[in-house]
Amino acid sequence: MSFIYDFTGFNQWADTALRQACSPFWAVFWEVLIVGIVFLLFYAVVGLYLVLAERKVCAFIQNRVGPNRVGPYGFFQTIADFIKLMMKEIIPIRKADKFLFNLAPYIVIVINFLALAAIPFAKGLHAIDLNIGIFYILAVSSMGVIGVMLAGWSSNSKYSMIGAMRSGAQIISYELSVGLSLIAICVLAGSLQLSVIVERQSDLWFIFKGHLPAVIAFIIYLIAGTAETNRGPFDLAEAESELTAGYHTEYSGIKFAFFYLAEYINMFIVASIAATLFFGGWMPLHFPGMDGFNHVMDFIPPVFWYLGKTAFLVLVIMWFKWTFPRLRIDQILHLEWKFLLPISLVNILVMAFFVLMGWYFGL
Amino acid sequence: MTETKINDIEQEEITLNIGPQHPSTHGVLRFVVSLKGETVTKVEPHCGYIHRGIEKMCETMTYQQIIHLTDRFDYLSAHINNAAVCLAVENALEVEVPERVKVIRTIMDELTRIASHQLWWCSFGMDLGGQTCYFYGLRDREKILDIFEETTGGRLIQSYNTPGGLMADLHPNFQKRVKEFITYFRKIIPEYDDLLTGNIIMMERAIGMGILTKEQAISYGVTGPSGRASGFACDVRKRHPYHAYDKVTFNEIIRHEGDTYARYLNRMDEMRESMNIIEQLIDNIPEGDYAVKMKPIIKLPEGEYYQRVEAARGEFGVYIISKGEKYPYRMKFRSSSFSNLSAIDAMVSGNKIADLIAIGGSLDYVIPDIDR
Repeated sequence: MSFIYDFTGFNQWADTALRQACSPFWAVFWEVLIVGIVFLLFYAVVGLYLVLAERKVCAFIQNRVGPNRVGPYGFFQTIADFIKLMMKEIIPIRKADKFLFNLAPYIVIVINFLALAAIPFAKGLHAIDLNIGIFYILAVSSMGVIGVMLAGWSSNSKYSMIGAMRSGAQIISYELSVGLSLIAICVLAGSLQLSVIVERQSDLWFIFKGHLPAVIAFIIYLIAGTAETNRGPFDLAEAESELTAGYHTEYSGIKFAFFYLAEYINMFIVASIAATLFFGGWMPLHFPGMDGFNHVMDFIPPVFWYLGKTAFLVLVIMWFKWTFPRLRIDQILHLEWKFLLPISLVNILVMAFFVLMGWYFGL
Repeated sequence: MTETKINDIEQEEITLNIGPQHPSTHGVLRFVVSLKGETVTKVEPHCGYIHRGIEKMCETMTYQQIIHLTDRFDYLSAHINNAAVCLAVENALEVEVPERVKVIRTIMDELTRIASHQLWWCSFGMDLGGQTCYFYGLRDREKILDIFEETTGGRLIQSYNTPGGLMADLHPNFQKRVKEFITYFRKIIPEYDDLLTGNIIMMERAIGMGILTKEQAISYGVTGPSGRASGFACDVRKRHPYHAYDKVTFNEIIRHEGDTYARYLNRMDEMRESMNIIEQLIDNIPEGDYAVKMKPIIKLPEGEYYQRVEAARGEFGVYIISKGEKYPYRMKFRSSSFSNLSAIDAMVSGNKIADLIAIGGSLDYVIPDIDR
């Protein structure tokens, strides 16, 4: 069972076994296929169970019970919902741009996959470990807005279009803060590679190591990340009470479900990145000098550390949504351009200064 | 050449239909909104989607039967509407109802007002996007509905009033449960404030939004908490006391800002004020009959009668023309939501779509009350 602590050996064993069994081309082919299928399953399970988790969390916040009919504690509720949505008729929209209309949900889904691929789930457990990991994730997640814009534009509905335009303005603005707050951490880590960033936190997580600037970066990232997922107080693109369902008003059946799942996976990705950069990803809680404590923490497998941190951050993002009222479009842009962006720019300078002077904790 | 073209695009207005089926019109109301980008240039409310012709139906019904139709206007202040018709008929016949009836009607009116404002708080939170408010408000409203159910048998619409008094006497538990509710709700209201009143997002969206001046409020006939938020002292309970309102002390809540936040705070304060009124009366319900004996067929003497009461949303008026028959010759209801809604264009123009929803929520209209 030692591979649960370190997947590197397991990966190498699987790779050599495949390469011995077949030619290098087919070895790569099978590896890609297996990883793809695992990701597909992971995507579906995480998406469906985050939906259930949100329903349970929101029920808890709202003095309700939540789904409790399908399976124990409603455990199979979202699976039943998904099957229902798959079997529903997809209503064709007259005068819609059919090609783009059908394409939009897939763009959203594919971009989700691309972002998931770079996330380190445990030691050695990531699909690709790019040396520009953070940059890649930022680049990929900013493409998600294309799907949303296409959906809104091609639906030929005014509600959808207003929702898409809002979403465009919002996501493009908040990209900046997301990027800048992550850069502050990259300055501290000295690398863009996610596995290296996690390794650098082996003595202390960055949120503790970088104290003030890291905490500011974390708060900005949490706000901007929530805004980027179109959730919580920033769900202007959907704005149920204003635009019925915003950019996916005209979608039905499984295509609606794609957008719905993508929202939750986006939330998961945002929480994962926050967990990786600020809370050490899969790295157990270590404090320099406390070897006994560090050793005890090492007994918990990294996957659970990673999932626990992500789950906590997902809970925080859900908590936002069910507590705050929604902002207005001009307020949301005001918040970004007049507050978050200047603060994060200054924060990078402060962080760089701290790093130069060596004013951070740990080694 | 290109510049003029860009201008052409900027000048273009789009027309957006909000409703008849829309989550935040609270029923079947249609707004035809002209938009320049996100900014609203004009709002045209189109009503009549659930017009039932109640005023016409009244012409073929006896006064006892009409009571049951009035529930269906503003179903959230059903009890108050009932009382208005009863008062009109009693005044026309010059019947003096017992003190007990007056006090019970006052308590019931105020309970209705609290319940109505609770539901308004729920839906206002929803309109702003804070969905948790809905469940908090409904949780507490249930307690009032339980009190209603015990005494009147009805939860939403009670038809508890009848010309000459009440349909039945109070349930023995009534006083106890009302007191329990008030102690409970006094503790709960700060929770409402924590969740929404002091929230920075809510304040950003409400303060200075949708300003209605006092002159506009008077000329549009905006009454109730909305009118009083613009400084229009229009509380019928103070100006023309009915029931037992002349025997209790309470404040007429007036603010002068005229914005969404003032309308919000006015309703929150009215809930507290209603509890004060109930507290003054609940221990002093006089003994006596719960109704005076009336003839089975009521015939109003020939003439015109008008009775106004303060419903949860504003002034509710009943106008009866009688030709001395058992049916009214003509009946007209002055509903508060209709007049309140008419001011929406003046308040919304120049603001964003999101403000249309928030301002509409702060007006607290009930669609069946608009359409009748």
